[in-house]
Amino acid sequence: MTASHSPPAGTHPAGPATVCPASLTELFLAFNWMALQGFGGVLTVVQREVVERRRWMTPEEFIEEWAVAQVMPGPNVINLGLMLGDRFFGWRGAVTALLGLLTVPLVLVMFLGLVYGRFQHLPQVAGALRAMSAVAAGMIMATALKLLPALRRHPLGIPFAAAIAIGSFVAIALVRVPLLAVLLGIGGLACCLTWRKLAP
Amino acid sequence: MTIHLTFSDWLALLAQFMLLSVMSVSGAIGTVPDMHRFLVDRQGWLSDLQFNACVTIAQASPGPNTLFVALMGWNVGLNAGGGLAAGPHAWLLGVLGLVVTMVGILLPSSLITYNAARWGQRNRHWRSVRAFKQGMAPLVIGLLMATGWILVRNGADVHRPWGVWVVALISALLVWRTRIHLLWLLGAGAVAGALGLV
Repeated sequence: MTASHSPPAGTHPAGPATVCPASLTELFLAFNWMALQGFGGVLTVVQREVVERRRWMTPEEFIEEWAVAQVMPGPNVINLGLMLGDRFFGWRGAVTALLGLLTVPLVLVMFLGLVYGRFQHLPQVAGALRAMSAVAAGMIMATALKLLPALRRHPLGIPFAAAIAIGSFVAIALVRVPLLAVLLGIGGLACCLTWRKLAP
Repeated sequence: MTIHLTFSDWLALLAQFMLLSVMSVSGAIGTVPDMHRFLVDRQGWLSDLQFNACVTIAQASPGPNTLFVALMGWNVGLNAGGGLAAGPHAWLLGVLGLVVTMVGILLPSSLITYNAARWGQRNRHWRSVRAFKQGMAPLVIGLLMATGWILVRNGADVHRPWGVWVVALISALLVWRTRIHLLWLLGAGAVAGALGLV
């Protein structure tokens, strides 16, 4: 297991000192290992590996980078991998982290897809998948609920931030407005209002 | 199901996923409603069942859940080739679909993130950078909620539509409130579904 990596001698466990991955191979294996541990949500795994175990980043750095990875388009774990890889090895590191996150999980997911395709006509399989689909949907909604406390200190205040969240939910889920319109309309409005509230 | 894809259809598929990539601020999963509109409602390249299966299988598998996009591309290609049983020709089209959708969903967002992250890190104290980060936060939450909602609604059985809502509600509450491992939930869901309880 690649996770049994120990920090080099001379760095204190509680200190802010961080270490760099020794090679592109280590970077690749590390992200591969994180991806394989992450079912549903990879954030917890990444935080534990990158900050606590391998100490490639301090907790403060991690939170800042994560905010950027979250806000930028694209899957946030992949974004974080790109940013981390770039920091250590430039664009080659970014590509290595991306491949580390995707290759082995891609093979696994294709395998599961093929197995499913072979048995999809059984009513039990259809039933199991329908229920699992509902469980997965519940997980995604739970992620939204878990992020709600982050709105407590929102510059627009709780009621207004909640109104934006609910408004975008209603627009997409109930009215079925296309995503781009919601991003430009509600998103643009939210960013402008936030900009006015923030001290110059 | 079998469909026919022309060269311009493949280009449209690539263009659509590249466009979604640019818009995927809450991760690719936030663009699921738009993918559904395009692949199922508008083009009819995937059935509802296939579409939901892609998302679920990726969720039940380790790794970034973005991989559901690979499964969608694979299935569109397979449908274009006449299905898995049609042989290597269909498999090749499946791989083509996989590559087209994955490159589409990853390339634009990765390039944007790679460059913007460097720029944003240098200027993270700017008012506009902070306004963008914080202004988008409530929207990201609303989009995630909508994604879950649409997945439940699309998966509902015609005869017993409330079943999936109950399951989704229990799952959401457990994941939100407890530290239960997600695999237990997926496993329990699979068993309940196979027994015909949902």
